[in-house]
Amino acid sequence: MLEVEIDGKKLTVPGGSTVMDAANSVGAYIPHFCYHKKLSIAANCRMCLVQVEKAPKPLPACATPVTDGMKVWTHSDSAVKAQAGVMEFLLINHPLDCPICDQGGECQLQDLAVGYGKSASRYEEEKRSVVNKNLGPLISTDMTRCIHCTRCVRFTEEVAGYQELGMPGRGEHSEIMSFIGKTVNSEISGNVIDLCPVGALTSKPFRFSARTWELSRRKSVSPHDGLGSNLTVQVKDHQVKRVLPLDNESINECWLSDRDRFSYEALNSPERVTKPMIKQGGVWQQVEWTVALEYVANGLKSIVADHGVDSIAAVATPQSTLEELFLLKKLANGLGVQNTESRLRQHDASFATAGVQWLGQSIVELAESDAVVVVGSTLRKEHPLIAQRLRQAVKHGMKVAAVNPHGDDMLLRLAGEVVTRPDQLVEGLLAVLKATVEIKGATCPAHIDTSHTEITDVARGVANILAAGERASIILGNLAVQDARAAEIHAVAAALAALTGATFGVLTAGANTAGAELIGFNAAGDVFATPKKAYVLLGAEPDFDTANPVKALAAVEQAEMVVVLSSFQSCAYDYADVILPVSPFSETSGTYINMEGRPQSFNGVVRPLGDTRPAWKVFRVLGNLLGLHGFDYGTSEEVRDEALAAGVEARLNNNAVAHVHVKARAAGNGLVRLAEVPLYQSDVLSRRAPSLHATVDAQVAETLRANAATLAALGVAAGDKVKVEQGGTAELVVALDARLLDQVVRISAGHPLTRDLDSAAALQVAKA
Amino acid sequence: MLSKESLAKIDRELTKYPAEQKRSALMSALRIAQLEHGWLSNDVVEAVADYLGLPPIAAMEVATFYGMFNRQPVGKFKLTVCTNLPCALSGGADAGKYLQQKLGIGYGETTADGKFTLQEGECMGACGYAPVMLFNNHTMCNHMTPEAIDKKLAELE
Ligand code: SF4
Ligand code: FES
Ligand code: FES
Repeated sequence: MLEVEIDGKKLTVPGGSTVMDAANSVGAYIPHFCYHKKLSIAANCRMCLVQVEKAPKPLPACATPVTDGMKVWTHSDSAVKAQAGVMEFLLINHPLDCPICDQGGECQLQDLAVGYGKSASRYEEEKRSVVNKNLGPLISTDMTRCIHCTRCVRFTEEVAGYQELGMPGRGEHSEIMSFIGKTVNSEISGNVIDLCPVGALTSKPFRFSARTWELSRRKSVSPHDGLGSNLTVQVKDHQVKRVLPLDNESINECWLSDRDRFSYEALNSPERVTKPMIKQGGVWQQVEWTVALEYVANGLKSIVADHGVDSIAAVATPQSTLEELFLLKKLANGLGVQNTESRLRQHDASFATAGVQWLGQSIVELAESDAVVVVGSTLRKEHPLIAQRLRQAVKHGMKVAAVNPHGDDMLLRLAGEVVTRPDQLVEGLLAVLKATVEIKGATCPAHIDTSHTEITDVARGVANILAAGERASIILGNLAVQDARAAEIHAVAAALAALTGATFGVLTAGANTAGAELIGFNAAGDVFATPKKAYVLLGAEPDFDTANPVKALAAVEQAEMVVVLSSFQSCAYDYADVILPVSPFSETSGTYINMEGRPQSFNGVVRPLGDTRPAWKVFRVLGNLLGLHGFDYGTSEEVRDEALAAGVEARLNNNAVAHVHVKARAAGNGLVRLAEVPLYQSDVLSRRAPSLHATVDAQVAETLRANAATLAALGVAAGDKVKVEQGGTAELVVALDARLLDQVVRISAGHPLTRDLDSAAALQVAKA
Repeated sequence: MLSKESLAKIDRELTKYPAEQKRSALMSALRIAQLEHGWLSNDVVEAVADYLGLPPIAAMEVATFYGMFNRQPVGKFKLTVCTNLPCALSGGADAGKYLQQKLGIGYGETTADGKFTLQEGECMGACGYAPVMLFNNHTMCNHMTPEAIDKKLAELE
């Protein structure tokens, strides 16, 4: 510990602290631009100059290590003079036209210039101007405003994992840019907008649509992946204008994924439904809520009366709030209906755990592991900020390995990797298990047969990492959970964890995947396998949210009655009988439980659009209309408290319900499809955010990808069009993915281009 | 994009640094690429980056930082006149002017016959011999009086 005095205040700080750290710890503000707590030190803006005793000239606080007994003055005459001087230099080339800058009012340069700048400039020469760059559909540029702090550059390299931005040129000629003709394609690229202290990088979708002081700030929780990023939603005139991160060190830190940040566009989309509607004689008619709800109540009652309680299924997505799911289940159960389900993308009906699937630890603890094996996950796209956490941890010694049906670059140094065919993930894991058994000199659990498994070098590599880890973790991603052999994958991964003492976790796919499990919503399994007479669909779109869209659509089309509760128009017009406009997360209070089992409640940030109503209120009214007991809630908090009455922690449990017998299967030798849900098709909101769909990620999702050998065998080249036949057909453009195995074709699932495909049917690909 | 010989030379440079520090070899690799192509087009810069497994923008930063890397095609003879302060005060600025007038081109330009390119350079650490001029990146010419310049140009013609 070192003793230091800042502005006369004595304090002790750990060795290695900088003057900036020390000042921050006592709340002394030192002006700065290039310094950022999550980025490396660049010390290139010089704004943080402070006076240090015995130093002949002012020193940059962000880059000056504290020495014992150091005395620092952050606002002495000499310090302020130095700071004012730096400010004058910074303003030489910076435009002084804040009123027409999108950053005006939230610009660090503007704020500090008010404090340190002169009211007029002494610089009369011509200012330099810099051409703007095209960084893609999310980031807007005004490069003349750049002060070359390089925060954005350091972010892409250090946090996002790949340097997409740089500062070519020297001195006066330096410019921030991406490589010629390239855009910034990171899935967490939007953070550079927050990092840029000036108006050089701003949000393209938000650009010039509001001023910061017109916006009210409301807290919320991201409705996408299982992380549960904390949001500051900025609102004007009852419209969501922008979404920014709310710092939470234990969840999203100060970052957001682009999906979290830009999906709000969907909230204001013209595709919103705002009036209840009933289809009468094949024609859609807007009706009052009371009429629609009467209709639903009577309809459901008569279906139960005519066809029994098993003829109805209530289906929801894991983006529904805890309160919604709880009341929907209560409503269904009140009618005697037990079929409620939210695991719509699960292919393997036999996969079930004894309790709520979860990370097995907190997110922070995961990042503190010394070895992590990721199983079946396109981690950067499924859980962008978990990938980011691991990337930082790797720099501090964590070893990360992957067992995956693809070789996607996680943009971190992988210590080991097993790449399998999509139908051989189990076998990939079995090889790791067998190697681990050998290393540990243990015996393989009886329900797992590794006698036909060969240990490969790569499998041994992963096993070594796992065995050597003192705090190891094995985590299952979306691809594993949605795999046709999920139960086997789970069994082998669990056995691996048991053998090595690793923590076993599941990266829950949706914002409220854990919440749905917690209240026992998932009771029906595949609700579309045997078509029902009636479906109640809460936010669920059978064509995109399900494992088998063809079957799901067929099921809802044949149903006598389909009640759709949704915020958006969709092909529900074709199959539904009633459409009830319900609130997206921004217009209702609710709770999501994230992957670490943490319930996070939020309030509506804007009032419901048009006649939209929060779904929990709709269920409350329906419950009363149906004469069911216990629907007299005053607030959503009452619903939540009832739903969480039994607590969460005790229910978290990743163990299998029963031992699943696992035995290696021989690899098939035909073409096999890697069907994954692309990141901007994951839920109703991201599906409808235009800017996200203009990204490279969204474009890649539209292609059929395979390695060179597979493409050659198919007689096609990148850029060609192919016809895919699998149950139905799809026409896709081909792209190269060199890191797939032979015979693997990667075709998105849950995507408009592939909605006619049945991932279980035989696959054929031919040049179109 | 890069010849076998160039790649072999780059490989040799790579052995000088730890495997995960390929960035350190960037300057040498770009130098080798420039020797082959005469200048560093965007494509060459990207090819070098690809070969080293680095983001192309990282190579671009280096290629645009150093004056010795040519980002435009240059003439057969590239003359870089030092115009930093010590040289400028000891006749560097005049030497530059003299050259401009002699060759009929400005800084950053190439003569119509493709022979000469004239450039301004930063301090070459040879202020004692001011004014100095660098010839084709490799040869330093000291005390560049008009006579010395005439002599040098005559040699090159
Ligand atoms: S664009 Fe913004 S963040 Fe990037 S260097 Fe310039 S001022 Fe800094
Ligand atoms: S904040 Fe210290 S030099 Fe920029
Ligand atoms: S200033 Fe010309 S060599 Fe130093």
